[in-house]
Amino acid sequence: MIQMENLTKVFQMGDSEVRALDGASFTIEKGEMIAIMGPSGSGKSTLMSIIGCLDVPSSGRYILDGVSVENLDETQLAEIRGQKIGFVFQQFNLLARTSALENVMLPLTYAGVSGRQRNDRALKALEHVGLADRTRHAPNELSGGQQQRVAIARALVNEPAILLADEPTGALDSKTGVEIMDLFQSLHRDQGQTVIVVTHDAYVARHTTRIIKLSDGKIVSDEVNHHPIKAGAPRPEEVI
Amino acid sequence: MLFSENFKIALRALRANKLRSVLTILGIVIGVATVVALLSIGTGATASITSDIQSSGANLLTVSPGRQSGFAGGGQSRQSSYIYYSDYELLERALVGNVTAIVPSYQSNYTVKYGAESFSVNVTGVTEKYQEVHSYKVATGRYITDSDNNAEARVAVLGSQTATDLFGSLIPIGKIISINGLKFEIVGVLESEGSSGFGSNDDAVFIPLETGYIRLYGSTAMHNDKKIVNSIAVSVTTTELMDTVSAQIQYILRRSHKLAPTADLDFNVQNQTDILDTLSSVTQTLTIFLGAIAGISLLVGGIGIMNIMLVSVTERTKEIGLRKAVGATKNQILAQFLIETMTLSLLGGIIGILLGVGIASVFTLTGLITAVITVDSILLAFFSALLIGVFFGIYPAFRAANLHPMVALRYE
Repeated sequence: MIQMENLTKVFQMGDSEVRALDGASFTIEKGEMIAIMGPSGSGKSTLMSIIGCLDVPSSGRYILDGVSVENLDETQLAEIRGQKIGFVFQQFNLLARTSALENVMLPLTYAGVSGRQRNDRALKALEHVGLADRTRHAPNELSGGQQQRVAIARALVNEPAILLADEPTGALDSKTGVEIMDLFQSLHRDQGQTVIVVTHDAYVARHTTRIIKLSDGKIVSDEVNHHPIKAGAPRPEEVI
Repeated sequence: MLFSENFKIALRALRANKLRSVLTILGIVIGVATVVALLSIGTGATASITSDIQSSGANLLTVSPGRQSGFAGGGQSRQSSYIYYSDYELLERALVGNVTAIVPSYQSNYTVKYGAESFSVNVTGVTEKYQEVHSYKVATGRYITDSDNNAEARVAVLGSQTATDLFGSLIPIGKIISINGLKFEIVGVLESEGSSGFGSNDDAVFIPLETGYIRLYGSTAMHNDKKIVNSIAVSVTTTELMDTVSAQIQYILRRSHKLAPTADLDFNVQNQTDILDTLSSVTQTLTIFLGAIAGISLLVGGIGIMNIMLVSVTERTKEIGLRKAVGATKNQILAQFLIETMTLSLLGGIIGILLGVGIASVFTLTGLITAVITVDSILLAFFSALLIGVFFGIYPAFRAANLHPMVALRYE
């Protein structure tokens, strides 16, 4: 599904080179729910942008759904992003003054889906995240949790191979954050959606079934999480 | 991605910053309005001058004093020169057969009074044929006749505006006015000629030329004890004879003025086509000049749009990143911003055209000039606006399209 071989990414910072990724190799199977963890500067953002085809590696191989993407040009990468990747961001990144429905329709517009179909599919996606009654609302008329649900609906509307979430609960209060993690878990459990969560928060990471830890551009651990936290269960400190 | 989608996005973006959008397109609005208004007024002025000159007879030669110069009767250069009444008599005798009419006239400003009304007006001493040569139409009464001249009669014919100024709605025929203190009886009023490039022929008083010499002009119309005239209008029988007659006039007057064969002429012989050409080229130059100024304002407007679009691209970096993340290609982003700029400039163009047509119409309403709004000028303005939209839109659009998706998404 995702196959990374010896990925490196080097940035030129003035005279010095920064190796943001330094030989990362791993495989993610279809239907996995996985967390990529690491402190800031560990290279997890760089890894995310490569997984999301927002950037290409300096060297190494990246095979996504059987397609080798490391040598694609910008237009081809844009198409891959539109078809295979659904992004969820910390700050939601919804278009202002644009209804929830139109926000969700955006990826379909770029994919060239016709108007009527676009409308139906966006409505279905919004229903799916529990916002069927908020389709005409603009982002500023929605709560943070609702905005993130709209963003998730937008990510899902093209039925992507990967749902790629970058600190998805980072801008939300803990209760709403739990709801969002619950939504991810149900997408994973009920539909077999591949979910990759990029986070620095170990608690968030423990909601997934596999945790890859990065440090200084290298993978330092890649372990199966046998007992993922079920979203909505009390946080450890609340147990005490 | 359809054009209509991009257009919708553009309208939404422009609505989001209404005041900014309005201020941005103001430059284009003013530029386009100026282009349309100036071209309309210029075309109108040219048309009215042309029709004025043509209506006064196409086969007309005008002899006026002055050394050779480019412009109608304009060159009183180096030393004063004169045309005499005796020149007219010479020409009349010599040109018989080739001309249908030959008319001397003398113009000067005098104070005209009727009752309490009193103002200065151009008084022209004429002969009977003057009316025919200048295609004047009499509204009421009659024009100056040869018998008026023979009798040195104190009669006057008024232009329509002068008649209104002096008499209001009264019928002037039979009334007595005073010109420079001398009493004249009104025998006729002309029809309105309408406005022209030179000011109105309707502000005029005509009297018999002989009466003028004997009673009104005094020594101002005399030089070397000879009666002088301002101009001699010669109506040639056919267009083909124009050059011949013109040469004849030059030959006769050269001899009469005792000019050496190599000396410059001290008079001008101009035909209507010359005058028309000169005036058209003047109005054309003016129109082009003013159009160029309007073009500069369009250019400035375009730079304003580009400036705002660059700001807009920076402000919306995150939006651009998001659009790219959900699958927008470089070309789609390019199209989005280009269409946004073109929407701005076209909106400015359309408002500008309406405003320009409005300004031209106001000019027509005031009666100063009949502005002629041509399809050409509107198309020119429209496509200039479009071109400016494309030209000044391309750079900001490329900036947007070339943003790295990851960098754009992380932009704060």
